[in-house]
Amino acid sequence: MYGGGYIFDEPNKRQLKEEQLHDDPAKLAEFEARIARGEKIEPGDWMPSEYRRQLIRLIEQHAHSEIIGALPEGTWITRAPGFKRKLALIAKVQDEIGHGQLLYNAAETLGKSREAMINDLLSGKSKYSNVFNYPAETWADVTVIGFLIDAAAIVNQVANAKGSYGPYCRALERICYEESFHLKQGHDAFIELATGTPAQKQMLQDALDRWWQPIMHFFGPPDKASVHSQKLMEWKVKMASNDDMRNQFLDMYVPKIRELGMTLPDPELKKDETTGKWSYTDPDWDLFKKVINGGGPCNVERLQVRQWAEEHGRWVRKALMNPNAAKVAPVA
Amino acid sequence: MTKNDALARMLTAMADDALIQGHRNSEWTGLGPIMEEDIAFSSMAQDKIGHAWALYRMLQEDLGGQDPDAFAFLRNEKDYKCCHFVEHPNGEYDFSLMRHFLFDHAEAIRYQQLRNSSFAPLRPLAEKLKGEIKYHTLHANAWITQLCRAGEESYARMQSALNTCFPLALGIFEPDEAAEAILVAEGVYPGEKQLKEMWVDRIYNLCAAAGLNLPAEDGVTPAYGGRKGYHTEYLQPLLEEMGAVFRSDPQAIW
Repeated sequence: MYGGGYIFDEPNKRQLKEEQLHDDPAKLAEFEARIARGEKIEPGDWMPSEYRRQLIRLIEQHAHSEIIGALPEGTWITRAPGFKRKLALIAKVQDEIGHGQLLYNAAETLGKSREAMINDLLSGKSKYSNVFNYPAETWADVTVIGFLIDAAAIVNQVANAKGSYGPYCRALERICYEESFHLKQGHDAFIELATGTPAQKQMLQDALDRWWQPIMHFFGPPDKASVHSQKLMEWKVKMASNDDMRNQFLDMYVPKIRELGMTLPDPELKKDETTGKWSYTDPDWDLFKKVINGGGPCNVERLQVRQWAEEHGRWVRKALMNPNAAKVAPVA
Repeated sequence: MTKNDALARMLTAMADDALIQGHRNSEWTGLGPIMEEDIAFSSMAQDKIGHAWALYRMLQEDLGGQDPDAFAFLRNEKDYKCCHFVEHPNGEYDFSLMRHFLFDHAEAIRYQQLRNSSFAPLRPLAEKLKGEIKYHTLHANAWITQLCRAGEESYARMQSALNTCFPLALGIFEPDEAAEAILVAEGVYPGEKQLKEMWVDRIYNLCAAAGLNLPAEDGVTPAYGGRKGYHTEYLQPLLEEMGAVFRSDPQAIW
């Protein structure tokens, strides 16, 4: 998974314009011309400081989303029903951690170390996709995540893979390739429940009802309320607007959900066939902000798990930094 | 006891070990000390659970056993034959790493021997599994060696984990006299005592190279009981968790 369409900014961040003044206008013009020509920016190349800052935030949040996103599904690995599902789920969650690794590496090329990024995650300074602050209550939740959250993430990541920063695009290409398998396994497990026993169908419907609002939140606030500047689009940091991605997702997946006889908890959800646009009840954006700021059902738990890993693994990381210690002589 | 009964006992024990060890490995997902170790333990979990699945299928296809999913997830605790070693919770990374080291070398030796088994279906499977387990032992060796030479704390943790794990690891080789007598006479495998001796030889050298003291065998009590269905307090809750969804409707397709 798991980009999430929304780049969370720090509170009270100064506006872009002022920062741009620090950049050499000639270099900036050359940089923008390169992007306009479709060239990729590589780590050693000159880039505006705001470009670097925004990319670090984007890639870092994406990386955090991968490793935090592994947790709600990860808790079901030990309970996955049967060998086939169990092996697929372990492999999938393992891929997500691997994506985190790739993305931290990509962000490191911009000058922020993995350790610094993890520290910012643990302190709450750096965010991750809001959708992972909700619990996976039943096995059906795992299938909804595996199918629909992965699908939503693919919409976002396929767009970002066409962005301007080389290392991020290359990481995303590989990630999207693996994600397409995740989507298949999620869809397969989803179909199994949707066409299963009455209890399985009910379990799936309940999970869909629970996850619909977080999924609608996934791509971020509506364009009319979005703080992101045109600049990020010009620089090909942000590749598609939140509403466009949300519309694309609805267009691709609502029919797939409905054709399985499942319903979605929004009576307003429908497509205008002439414009191709979906209309829907606006999800609760105050809730979205509340969850970002720590008020979701699982924010505390997710960070506690990472904190556990951080604390209990510290001795190992410390030892790895100490490869030159003298070999211990055998006592006997 | 017939030869097939004896074979079923041996394969069940091997499969249950792999299943439960795989389950424990999978519990590291998201929690490893570094991301690379998360990925490594996930990867080994997939291999182990895959090994268990292959062995359960062999039980079904060659020895008239049950459906692998039902057999793996619906038995009562007493009918599992895994050793106590794999049942223990992961604890800290030091315990998990040492268990991985000791367990995987035992597996490597067992499958190496089973490549020459008189029981034909085992030969190709043993060949395949031995190839996979090679990477598990390489991984364990690299980490043990590295942590033993990376300063006082990590060295002390490794030695202490070895002291804790060694009696538990001897439980892998718990004798099952009646079945073993048949299996050894039939050339299925060399027997637990022989496997254990090969294993001790191998890990003694690896430990010595890392500066670790392997405890003396006659100074410890091996953790026996698992092969006879007597388990630690940790197995029952693990089985309840592992089977939770499957047991909710065993007739349904998941």
